[in-house]
Amino acid sequence: MSSPSANKVQRIVIVGATSAIAERCARCWAEQGATHFYLLARNQEKLSAIAADLKVRQPQAEIVTAVGDFVDPAAIQSQVTEIMTQAADIVLIAHGNLPDQQQCQASLSETAEAIQINGISPVLFAEAFATLMSQADRGTLAVIGSVAGDRGRKSNYVYGSAKGLVTRYVQGLQHRTAGSGFKVVLVKPGPTDTPMTAHLKQNGAALASVEDVADDIVNGIAKGKPVIYTPSKWALIMMIIRHLPRFIFNRMDI
Amino acid sequence: MIKLSSWGRLSRQPHTCIALNDRSSVAGQLEQFQPGICYGMGRSYGDVCLNREGISWQTRGLDRLIEFDAETGVLVCESGALLKEIQDLMVPRGWMLPVTPGTQLITVGGAIANDVHGKNHHVHGTFGEHVQELILQRTDGQLLRCSSAENADMFRATIGGLGLTGVILQASLKLRPVGSAWLDTDTLAYQSLPEFFELSQASEADWEHTVSWIDCLSGDTPRGIFLRANHREQVPPDHKSQSSRKKSGLQMPLVPPVSLVNRLSLRPFNTAYYALNKRKEGAGIAHYQPFFYPLDAIGHWNRMYGPRGFYQYQCVVPEDNMHGAIGEMLTAIARSGQGSFLAVLKTFGKRPAAGLLSFPMPGATLALDFPNQGQKTLSLFTRLDDIVSQAGGRLYAAKDARMPADMFLRAYPALSEFTNYRDPGISSDMSRRLMGS
Repeated sequence: MSSPSANKVQRIVIVGATSAIAERCARCWAEQGATHFYLLARNQEKLSAIAADLKVRQPQAEIVTAVGDFVDPAAIQSQVTEIMTQAADIVLIAHGNLPDQQQCQASLSETAEAIQINGISPVLFAEAFATLMSQADRGTLAVIGSVAGDRGRKSNYVYGSAKGLVTRYVQGLQHRTAGSGFKVVLVKPGPTDTPMTAHLKQNGAALASVEDVADDIVNGIAKGKPVIYTPSKWALIMMIIRHLPRFIFNRMDI
Repeated sequence: MIKLSSWGRLSRQPHTCIALNDRSSVAGQLEQFQPGICYGMGRSYGDVCLNREGISWQTRGLDRLIEFDAETGVLVCESGALLKEIQDLMVPRGWMLPVTPGTQLITVGGAIANDVHGKNHHVHGTFGEHVQELILQRTDGQLLRCSSAENADMFRATIGGLGLTGVILQASLKLRPVGSAWLDTDTLAYQSLPEFFELSQASEADWEHTVSWIDCLSGDTPRGIFLRANHREQVPPDHKSQSSRKKSGLQMPLVPPVSLVNRLSLRPFNTAYYALNKRKEGAGIAHYQPFFYPLDAIGHWNRMYGPRGFYQYQCVVPEDNMHGAIGEMLTAIARSGQGSFLAVLKTFGKRPAAGLLSFPMPGATLALDFPNQGQKTLSLFTRLDDIVSQAGGRLYAAKDARMPADMFLRAYPALSEFTNYRDPGISSDMSRRLMGS
């Protein structure tokens, strides 16, 4: 696909398109004039509702929805190969869930599942896209990690370790593709007001609005920021947390 | 449990919040978690959206647009969509919601449940008049398609139904075409009630929007500023089509320890506001956003009333008695020394109500904010209630946190009929206060 102007975003691919953050990002892109969407998720009913919404926001848009396998490496590979028969300007990998730490500690299969869906699966998708996108030498691949991946904490270290895997993976990929036309972005949202965090809200946590987080992501991708903390205060908070000496850190109930 | 308030910030009680995020799952959520009441943006002033210690169905996640017909202007959307989102998207395409209240930061579901009105009531009536169809999820699992042709009784009950007939999942709204985002405006100062009523009457034929600000301390010969406006067909020369996506930075960052609106501040403010606007008398041009929704530019403006919150008192009195009743109320308010610079006086047109419990009736409506000063404020309201009741008027439930149940019963004759359409799995602080359950 030829692009008439360098910064005009036309084709967007979203993996985990029914996640609240991904959905809000898609709206921003639609309103900015993106004309082709490929939305991959697990629930067709939700996908159809999102596709209809984007179509109202951007009547010119062509929207393809697909239900895919998020675990099997061969299925991921063939899905991505099919998606990338057309070049993409932006690929956003957004799927995941927030496992309960206590349940993970009580059950190895819960732990395995949490690491599979939040760590291994996004990495497999990213690797499949990266191969094709770096050959094309264009486009931006954005992967949603989390501030939880910055340092292991007792309250959510299973989820944190999966997101930590994503962090290290993206770092490596950024190193590999440095200087090329293909950009890789790591998004680290703080706790955000989405269905995934409903129980945190119930316990009185202060959550960022999903619209603000999506705005930060869309703007950060447009600017080609390598790492997007959103809301941006989390960059400072996590820098402090990463650097706290262990004897202080271990006394904290976080 | 999450502590929820409505816009008046009079209470902050824990609620079990259930987020409704996709239409297909709502039936199951309602079955599991009830009785409850819908909560959208929490912009109603009193307790219509609250259910203390109970369940709150949060509708903001239901904010997808479903379909838009560019020929007819009919938009189908989920009930948690904001009026602002709709207008930001549609005004550049030449379509606008025909009726919006003084804020566009409210959900479509809330606008229907309170059957809100705007400055153009005499032309376009209430929000409910432009709802062509809605889909209502009852807590027993029934899904009802409601319009004037199908389940018409339930349709009439749901418009202005205070959220008590079911959860509105989606609505079809008929938008109106507009040539531009701009209005031709006319500003006039008035110095008495007869002058206000003459202006209102004289403006009805030629002006779509009419409203007035009134100095609530000026008694029964009140001074005020009358505003009227019409939509412009073309973007005025030298005016760019203003983008609204950028947020204004203004907001009330914290709750001051005492109300900023008080005896000391109110009189000088009103005097200054009147004087400044009097200087603007005459014709002008305004973008629709600052004209219709001036307070939307200031985030959390409700915090200015301090930690005790505020009441809004909005009544309507029928045409035959409006001159006397509005004068009496203004006298009582001026004598009490209470009030706020947010005071609005306008007339409603003669239109049949869209819903069984719709608020507007032909006559005049007066709306005022009052910082909550406890008993002192409530005593004033009792006095105002007497005037409203004697004149055959009524109070607006969307604003109310305290009217007596018998006043509601007397003023809304369709209430007993409405009761038949209530969903037994829905209950709110307001429904218990005014309807006993």
